[in-house]
Amino acid sequence: MAERPVRPALAELALVRLREFIREPEAVFWTFIFPLLLAAGLGIAFRNRPAETVKVGVVATSAAAAETTAVALRTSQQLVVDVFRADSAAARALQSGSVAMVVARDAAGALEYRFDASRPEARTARLLANEALQRAAGRSDPVSVRDASITARGSRYIDFLIPGLLGMNIMGGGIWSIAFSIVTARNKKLLKRLVATPMSRGEYLLSFLLSRLGFLVVEVIVLVGFGALVFDVPVRGSLVTLGVVCLVSALAFSALGLLVSSRAKTVEAVSGLSNLVMLPMWIFSGVFFASSNFPAAFQPVLRALPLTATVDALRATMLQGASLASIVGELAVLVAWLVVSFIVALRIFRWR
Amino acid sequence: MSSPTLSAVTTSALVVRDLRKTFGDVIAVDGLTLDVRTGECFGLLGPNGAGKTTTIEICEGLTAPDGGEVAVLGRRWASDARELRERLGIQLQETQLSEKLTVEETLSLFRSFYRSGHPVERTIALVQLVEKRGARVGTLSGGQKQRLALACALVGDPELLFLDEPTTGLDPQSRRQLWELVESLKSQGRTIVLTTHYMEEAERLCDRVAIIDRGRVIALGTPRELIASLGASQIVFFSAADGDRTIDEHALGAIGRAVQSARAPRATDGGWELQVDAPHEAIPALLAELPRHGVRLTELRTHSPTLEDVFVTLTGRALRDG
Repeated sequence: MAERPVRPALAELALVRLREFIREPEAVFWTFIFPLLLAAGLGIAFRNRPAETVKVGVVATSAAAAETTAVALRTSQQLVVDVFRADSAAARALQSGSVAMVVARDAAGALEYRFDASRPEARTARLLANEALQRAAGRSDPVSVRDASITARGSRYIDFLIPGLLGMNIMGGGIWSIAFSIVTARNKKLLKRLVATPMSRGEYLLSFLLSRLGFLVVEVIVLVGFGALVFDVPVRGSLVTLGVVCLVSALAFSALGLLVSSRAKTVEAVSGLSNLVMLPMWIFSGVFFASSNFPAAFQPVLRALPLTATVDALRATMLQGASLASIVGELAVLVAWLVVSFIVALRIFRWR
Repeated sequence: MSSPTLSAVTTSALVVRDLRKTFGDVIAVDGLTLDVRTGECFGLLGPNGAGKTTTIEICEGLTAPDGGEVAVLGRRWASDARELRERLGIQLQETQLSEKLTVEETLSLFRSFYRSGHPVERTIALVQLVEKRGARVGTLSGGQKQRLALACALVGDPELLFLDEPTTGLDPQSRRQLWELVESLKSQGRTIVLTTHYMEEAERLCDRVAIIDRGRVIALGTPRELIASLGASQIVFFSAADGDRTIDEHALGAIGRAVQSARAPRATDGGWELQVDAPHEAIPALLAELPRHGVRLTELRTHSPTLEDVFVTLTGRALRDG
C-alpha cells in the first residue's frame, strides 16, 4: 500500500467539516436550496404589478339610479363596481371586505360614501370614486396634469429582499451549522477524545471559521447570482467590497456561533439558545422590511445588532454602490462582535 | 502491596500516589496508589462505579485530581501536557466517532495531530479493518468501531496506551478478536493500562491486576498470585429444586462448618458456593449434609477459582453487581 503524506491538522480538520456537511443532505438543503426557494417565492408574491384596482359597491333606491352611478364610477379604470339591490347586502359586502367602499344614493340623488377611514384601501377608493363621480357631474380641473409612471431597478421589493436574505443566510450558516457540529461532538464525547490528542484547540475552533468561509463563497454566488439572473437584482458596488462585507459578517456570525455553543451539552439546549439569538434579528434587523419602521428610540440598539449591520452594508453595496469607506461603521460593528464573541467563547468553552 | 515512590519513575511508566477525587458527595477515588512498570499490561479490575474510569482519566490528564500525585512517563501534567499528549494513546469509554466519515478519513484526522506516528494504512491493517477502510463509521459493527477507536489510539505510535473498558458491550467473538489484538500489542513490548469489569479479560490480558473497590486498591498482584491468595483449589456450586426450603444465612453457616476444608460459603445467582481445598472430600460431605436442611440437590458444579472469586472473597459482592 502506498503511504500517503500526512496533511497538516488544520487542513484535516477543515476537510472533516466539509465532508460532514456535504454528507448531510438536510444541511445542504437548508443552506443552499431553501434561501433560493424563499427568494423565488417572495419575489413572485411581491412582484411589481400594474396599478391595482379597487372594488366599490353601489346601492340606490331604484335600479336605474344605481346604474347611472355605476356608469359614472366605471369611467375610472382603477375602480371595479358591484351593484347591490339592498342596503343589507351592501353592508355585508363592506363588512367582509369584498368591497372597499359603498356609494349609497337616496331618492333625492344625494350621495353617501360608506367606508372605514382607517383602511388605506378604503381611503383610496373614496378618492377615486369621488373624482369619477364629480367629473361625471361636470367638474373640470383648473390645473392640467400628466402622469409619468416609472419602475426603477434597485427600488423594487425583490432588490430590497435579496441582500436581506443573503444576510440572514450568513447569520444562519454561521450560528446554526457551527453550534450543531460542536454540540454534537461534545454530546458524543468526541470533543473529549480530541483534546486527549496533541490537537491544538485553537486550530480546532479555527477549522470551523475556515470551512465556513468555503461554504460562504458558494452561498453568496448562488444567492446573488440567482437574484441577478432571475430578478435582475443589481450589484452596483464593487465585488471586492461585497466580498469584504460577506467575509467580515461570516466571521462575526461564526464567532457568535462558537459563543452560543461554548457551554451547551445537548442539541436541544443549543437549538433554543440559537433561536433566542437569531429570532430577534430576523424581526428587528430589516431582513424583510426596513428596520426604520421601528420607533426612533430603538434605532441605536437595532443598528448595533450584527445582522442589521450586515444587511445595511449589503444593501448599501449592492443597491447604492457604496464604497468600503462609506460602510466602515457597519464593518466596525461586525468586527466588534467578532472579537468579543471569539474571546469570550475561548474563555468559557467546555471541552468535555 | 508495594508503596511506590515518585523516585521510582525511571523504571515506571505510571506512578500514582494517594490519589483523591470527589464529585459532590460521591468519593470516586479514595487514596489510590499504583505503580505500572514499563512494558507490562496492567489491569484495573473492579465493578461499575469503583472509580476505575475516574482514575484512568486523571492519569490521562482529562480530569484534575483533588489530591495526590501522578507521574506519567516520568512527567507531570501540569508542566508537560503537550509532550505527554504526543506520547500517549488513549481510548475512552464512550466516544462516538463521527458517523459521516470513513475509517480512513477518521484515522487520517487523528494521525495529523501527532508529530510522528504510524502511516494510516499500516494502522488500518493492524486492527484488521482493511476491507472497511472506505466504509462510513456509521455502518461499522460494535466490534469494528471499537477496533477503530483502538486504531485512533495507536496511530501516534504511543509509548503508553490507556484503554478504558475496551470490550464492554461487545459480543463474545468481537471480544476475543480485540483480546488477540491487545495481546499482539503486548508482544511488541508496549505498556498498556486497561480497565475492565470482566475478570476473564483481566486474567487473560494483564501481567498484573489491581482490584479496585470504592476508590481504593484492595488487592494487587499477578492474576495467578491473586487467585492463589484464596488458598482454595476449587469452587463448589450447588443449587436446589424450586419450592424446597431455601438455605438461610444460619443454615449456610452450618453447612460450611460441616463440610471439611470449606470456606466463605455464600449465596450466588440461583444457588450457593463454597471454596474448598479438597473436592474429593468436600463433595461427599456436602451431599451428606444437604438432606439435613431439607434441600434436594438439582445441580452440582465445580470450577477453578478466578479473579471473580477473589473479588467476592474480598468484598462479599460479585463484580457484576456493582
